[in-house]
Amino acid sequence: MVRLITHNLLACHAKGCTTNNFPLQIKDAQLALREAEFNPDFLRGFIPRIEWAALVSAARQLGDESLPNEVPEMIDDDFLRGLHHVLLEIHIDEGAMVCPNCGHVYPISSGIPNMLLAEHEIG
Amino acid sequence: MSRPELIAPPEIYYGDTEAKKYTNNTRIQQIQAEMTYRALELLNLPPDEPAFLLDIGCGSGLSGEILDEEGYLWAGVDIAPSMLEVALEREVEGDLFLHDIGQGFGFRPGSFDGAISISVLQWLLNAETSHPTSSPPHRLNRFFTTLHAALRNPARAVLQFYPTSDDQVQLITQIAQRAGFGGGVVVDYPNSKKARKVFLVLYVGDGGAAQVPR
Ligand SMILES: [Zn+2]
Repeated sequence: MVRLITHNLLACHAKGCTTNNFPLQIKDAQLALREAEFNPDFLRGFIPRIEWAALVSAARQLGDESLPNEVPEMIDDDFLRGLHHVLLEIHIDEGAMVCPNCGHVYPISSGIPNMLLAEHEIG
Repeated sequence: MSRPELIAPPEIYYGDTEAKKYTNNTRIQQIQAEMTYRALELLNLPPDEPAFLLDIGCGSGLSGEILDEEGYLWAGVDIAPSMLEVALEREVEGDLFLHDIGQGFGFRPGSFDGAISISVLQWLLNAETSHPTSSPPHRLNRFFTTLHAALRNPARAVLQFYPTSDDQVQLITQIAQRAGFGGGVVVDYPNSKKARKVFLVLYVGDGGAAQVPR
């Protein structure tokens, strides 16, 4: 199970890959939607941690156009419900995440990304 | 009985059979649950506030299930595919990653409100992984440095583990401190050979509260 909430926190950790290593590009994604419990307090607290532009572009790559380009000034329930869906209910079951800098491919299989590095990539 | 971490690397030791045996053993379940609750207590999160946690060595989701019940959102990493498969079958809520913690994390700075780890660190100390890697101190350093960065300031990480000697505790504490962590070791039931439990309680910043864990 990997969702956009963790994708938004994840940069490439290969050796020497320290710039332009976020966000990882999502490739060949197969998605599943699974309902999650709506927790507005959690979302409000989490918003400052989000790299918004990265979240919007990742969601659009997955075919979800619902997020606004900027975080609105007035955070209402409607906005939080939309954010909840994008962050916590869209699961990438198959596919890959690719580093935009070094090109390392992190394959996703049965919902689990393989983050293991090759020997020469370990810092 | 030999310690499992001396027999084989975790991703080999916890093959399909061992992963299921481990997860279905009621005594292990009970001990894991107790240690998870204790780790949460030592994590000292603000009460009734939602939090996003990292479960280091989440295995088959025994601790993750408790995080779910307690209303925390979480991500978990583990190096044993068979354990993660069992976690998927058990339908835990957290995001799961196949990850060798000795290679360090790639999480952005300040990603997590806290981290827990139940019975994992001894694997970093004792056994090499099946992937060719460097020395345990190097791997520990990489682990603690990138964990420190992945936590918010202030925050805590609580890591229960089974050291074989005081030297091991010292080595681990030293490397954690060099990585920027404050805090130290909490030992529960220090005089009982069987019940003795060692928790490394690490602080980023002031750890979130002035009070010292009991
Ligand atoms: Zn990279």
